[in-house]
Amino acid sequence: METLSYSHQAARPAAGTKAIALVGVVASGNLEVLVERVAPGNRCEVEIHTAAAGFGAVWEAVVADFVERCSPGGLRLSINDGGARPDTVALRLAQAVRAIEEDAP
Amino acid sequence: MSHSARNERDRRIQGAARLAEGKIVAAKDATALLEALLRPGDRVCLEGDNQKQADLLARALAAVDVARVHDLHMVQSGVVLPEHLDVFERGIARRLDYAFSGPQSARIAKMLFGGQIELGAVHTYLELFARYFIDLTPRVALIVAVSADRDGNLYTGPNTEDTPAVVEATAFKDGIVVAQVNEIVDVLPRVDIPGDRVHFVVEADKPFYVEPLFTRDPAAITETQVLTAMLAIKGIYAPYGVRRLNHGIGFNTAAIELLLPTYGERLGLKGKIASHWALNPHPTLIPAIESGWVEQIHCFGSEVGMEDYVRAHSDIYFTGPDGSLRSNRAFCQTAGMYACDMFIGSTLQIDLLGNSSTVTTSRISGFGGAPNMGSDARGRRHPSPAWLQAGLQADPDGPAPLRRGRKLVVQIGETFGDQHAPMFVERLDAIELADKLSLDLAPVMVYADDVTHIVTEEGIANLLLCRDRDEREHAIRGVAGYTDVGRGRDRKLVQALRERGVIQRPEDLGIDPLEADRRLLAARSIKDLVHWSGGLYAPPSRFRNW
Repeated sequence: METLSYSHQAARPAAGTKAIALVGVVASGNLEVLVERVAPGNRCEVEIHTAAAGFGAVWEAVVADFVERCSPGGLRLSINDGGARPDTVALRLAQAVRAIEEDAP
Repeated sequence: MSHSARNERDRRIQGAARLAEGKIVAAKDATALLEALLRPGDRVCLEGDNQKQADLLARALAAVDVARVHDLHMVQSGVVLPEHLDVFERGIARRLDYAFSGPQSARIAKMLFGGQIELGAVHTYLELFARYFIDLTPRVALIVAVSADRDGNLYTGPNTEDTPAVVEATAFKDGIVVAQVNEIVDVLPRVDIPGDRVHFVVEADKPFYVEPLFTRDPAAITETQVLTAMLAIKGIYAPYGVRRLNHGIGFNTAAIELLLPTYGERLGLKGKIASHWALNPHPTLIPAIESGWVEQIHCFGSEVGMEDYVRAHSDIYFTGPDGSLRSNRAFCQTAGMYACDMFIGSTLQIDLLGNSSTVTTSRISGFGGAPNMGSDARGRRHPSPAWLQAGLQADPDGPAPLRRGRKLVVQIGETFGDQHAPMFVERLDAIELADKLSLDLAPVMVYADDVTHIVTEEGIANLLLCRDRDEREHAIRGVAGYTDVGRGRDRKLVQALRERGVIQRPEDLGIDPLEADRRLLAARSIKDLVHWSGGLYAPPSRFRNW
């Protein structure tokens, strides 16, 4: 098990008012993302627990792009990774933000 | 008068006549028959492709006395059965020209490296058929059918596939045709091959083998594949209005088939896209057919388990007077080249220019039909909206009456494949292979100048809109995700391409990632497909888990 943490400044706060959302599943090649509206200001905090060690550089790139594309200000994402490929990770992150923004107008 | 080949053929047939009753030969005498008919150095077509196999005749050939029959030149669509390579190991055959070698791809690579096979070339199906009529005409063809009558008329059933092309080239150029059949009957359901083109018929002890190559289990489709399918439908099928098309056999295109009645319906695309097909009877197209999306389908071959479903849908499929499917690989390949506006399929590797290949350094899988489907037919002259629109994007400044249209050639897949292997690479393994085998040509499946779009979970790259090599490279890097190729992108260049619509992200197309959910698939299991078919689809046992 490896734990990775990232903190980024997002351009805007995430839309909507929901406090919490959960997407994905804990399974081999997949991942679960818990997203909570608890980070200060427009910060976005991402903590990853992964079964596959040694992919720090890829995670860093995926998370940086995610923050730029989805602007998830004020969110903390906790990830339980079962060795998912980066394409699955990127999809789940985008889904997590959409899920907590679901009640946005 | 010059009839030496014909006289030779007649002598050989006479020499083998003692083994036959009329044209009928017992299965136990098949090897003796081949020893009587074949001479060293003969060019022999052993029928078999990615679907049906003349398996009894392959076994019989692998068992001939190598003192009598050796150094044959094999010309065949598929190198699929172990016997297809055993004949080279034993010295019965020496030279090989072929098109496809899926299950034997690792062993054929080893034998090519070891020099046990003298390789002519790796072809596409249509290209190999073409050479049967020019410089690779078989002296003897060993073919396969469902049944025969005593005059040698053949019924191929739904799996007609390559047989008419092989027989035409052999029988009308003084060659000898030997057919294996499952049974000999008094009256055939229909005649697919006239008996005067067939010299011997061997009754097999068991039905010939057919591979269910085109069955994709919906249960194995991932949500990333659902996302790529949504991108393709909304970002390519819809804006070009693609009605006439061919799909590859991967899971991404299976996902597209299963999204037509759900996502496609919601986008209001029914009747506007995906109505006319060059396609095998894919089980995953059943929900779209049942929902009224499909007008007609012509098939290269059949698909195991789809026989009754096809029989019940003669409005959609081409069928014979007996009610069963009539497939024909040569005609369907031609249809895919000249009468379809789009090919979409998967690959294993794409380079920075857009060349793609399914060859890796240890596996030579061949091409089958993909390079024909995945190419712009330069002889095409009829217009269609999709073809004209693609041509306009490629050459906006050219004079309209002289502007060629373009076929849409789409490569679709996730940025990473099995075992985290990246789909995007700096250099194709095919090039290394060509070096190692001293081949003149690297085995490229789709050339860069034919591919028009690349779809991944990251978005769509429209290569028609790229104006130079640099733009093209960054359009590709821009959808290559977190592969090394993707991470080597220049962010500003990619952003500029996105602003011009050369790259379109899911959010640019209004695609909600939350919708990339397996629940969007019209069928989520093989069992669902059986239900959609009204119980007519009978999946092979390996796909039944209930």
